[in-house]
Amino acid sequence: MGMTMTQKILAAHAGLEKVEAGQLILVDLDRVLGNDITSPVAIREFHNMGKQGVYDKEKVTMVMDHFAPNKDIKAAAQCKMCREFCAEKEVTHFYDVGQMGIEHALLPEKGLVIPGDAVIGADSHTCTYGALGAFSTGVGSTDMACGMATGKAWFKVPSAIRFYLTGTLPEYVSGKDVILHIIGMIGVDGALYKSMEFAGPGVASLSIYDRLTIANMAIEAGAKNGIFPVDEETLNYVKGRSDRTPAIYEADEDAVYEKTIEIDLSTVKSTVAFPHLPENTKTIDEVGEVKIDQVVIGSCTNGHYKDLYEAAMILKGKKVAKNVRAIIIPATQDIYLKAIESGIVKIFIEAGCVVSTPTCGPCLGGHMGILAAGERAVATTNRNFVGRMGHPTSEVYLASPAVAAASAIMGKIAGPGEVL
Amino acid sequence: MEYTGKVIKYGDNVDTDVIIPARYLNTIDKKELASHCMEDLDKTFVERVQDGDIMVGGWNFGCGSSREHAPIAIKESGVPLVIAKSFARIFYRNAINIGLAIVESEEAAEAIEEGHTVRADLSGGKLYDLTTGAEYGIEPFPAFISKIIENGGLVESVKKGIIA
Repeated sequence: MGMTMTQKILAAHAGLEKVEAGQLILVDLDRVLGNDITSPVAIREFHNMGKQGVYDKEKVTMVMDHFAPNKDIKAAAQCKMCREFCAEKEVTHFYDVGQMGIEHALLPEKGLVIPGDAVIGADSHTCTYGALGAFSTGVGSTDMACGMATGKAWFKVPSAIRFYLTGTLPEYVSGKDVILHIIGMIGVDGALYKSMEFAGPGVASLSIYDRLTIANMAIEAGAKNGIFPVDEETLNYVKGRSDRTPAIYEADEDAVYEKTIEIDLSTVKSTVAFPHLPENTKTIDEVGEVKIDQVVIGSCTNGHYKDLYEAAMILKGKKVAKNVRAIIIPATQDIYLKAIESGIVKIFIEAGCVVSTPTCGPCLGGHMGILAAGERAVATTNRNFVGRMGHPTSEVYLASPAVAAASAIMGKIAGPGEVL
Repeated sequence: MEYTGKVIKYGDNVDTDVIIPARYLNTIDKKELASHCMEDLDKTFVERVQDGDIMVGGWNFGCGSSREHAPIAIKESGVPLVIAKSFARIFYRNAINIGLAIVESEEAAEAIEEGHTVRADLSGGKLYDLTTGAEYGIEPFPAFISKIIENGGLVESVKKGIIA
């Protein structure tokens, strides 16, 4: 019986020739990540462990992105705690305002995760790096503390669901629509404890940014990780970002999957997740009349340059509807600069959008776009739980950058076809 | 490990955003986190919860964000045990790591009602609904996880060199 791609990476990092689903193993970590919300709890537990130094100054990584630039005095105190810890422990990869970006866009961009790595992050969307052919998963702060101290984490080896992709996506349909389509199909616990392994000839047609978006939301189906095979697209992206050599793992031909789900990408439509679960999906032709107050384009899910560009091409020469606030958040400083240099920031501002410094901000109801009671937002973010972006009676509709941009123009949920 | 308490019951997909909304994540103070526990789902929780109460949920309990603040807020509210049909995976390991007891049982989580008194004997692998007299068998944890729990969580396990 062969191993899945995830199982192979885990076996290699546990010093084992073979692992099986259900086996408990201790894994050596290539990177341990935390942010300004989860790291303070991890730092407290790290001190409780009585440890002096971190296991590897190069591998421990902290990014101040959630409530930064600091939204209030308490948030400032939490960032200060992280800043002082990283200075004292001589942590190389500490990213503060000015260098920071949204962690799951920043780490791939800086070459801090490459194919074959095993990574934990005290942030549920750490599963994003599966797009690069790495094993990566979200954990809590105590796991982060243990990881910072020992360089290890315990895992139960997951079984897998295989998603066999064929065809290519239609125009204006992107990775976000693919993952919303999948979550709508299998549900928010459809892949609970499991790997989502993507395969098939359709993978080659997906850009690395589409793959990052898809792997990012694996957690929204309950998965431990989502992972893509490494191909030319992956290696082209990684090239020049890291001095380390990518390790390419492939699933065995006789790997066992719990099931295989085939998806013809050419049949995927623009998809919107209605409140209050990511599985409440409707295709754009089914949404009906839903008036909105706000649009957010950004986040670890859809804050890449490609995402902003797709939104800009729809907003170009048009205006955001009256009574709609449109907030654009480039995920990193590099993306922000590229958006300025290429002129798309001008497009956004002329359309009546605001363009923010990188931050997770509104996605989790932190700052930079909180909703009042009863307000509705279309967001390219990843969760639409009760109260996620503000008041418990506000509503979040998850969508692609193209749908979010079209919705901003129309003042209601709309597909790109309605404005172009 | 034994617990006896009165049940506070919720439904499916109780996410970590309703257990502790992100607007309160600008603190790591356990008492302050507990003072907002379940706020966006059940405003009465913090007033009515008693030390030793047992929380019961449906499928996919604790889904969403990795915030350890969620199991911390529940534990600090005085709830030592959560019973659910299933747990989201990050919540599951966070609970083990911080020493909040959890039991996965579809049958028990379906049948036990709000206000019932429940006794949980985790070592003996049994749940008793003392209000109805019903009994439920529960799966023991794998040995490795039991070791972490018996040693008082992950921090203590690292201290003792069990994980190093």
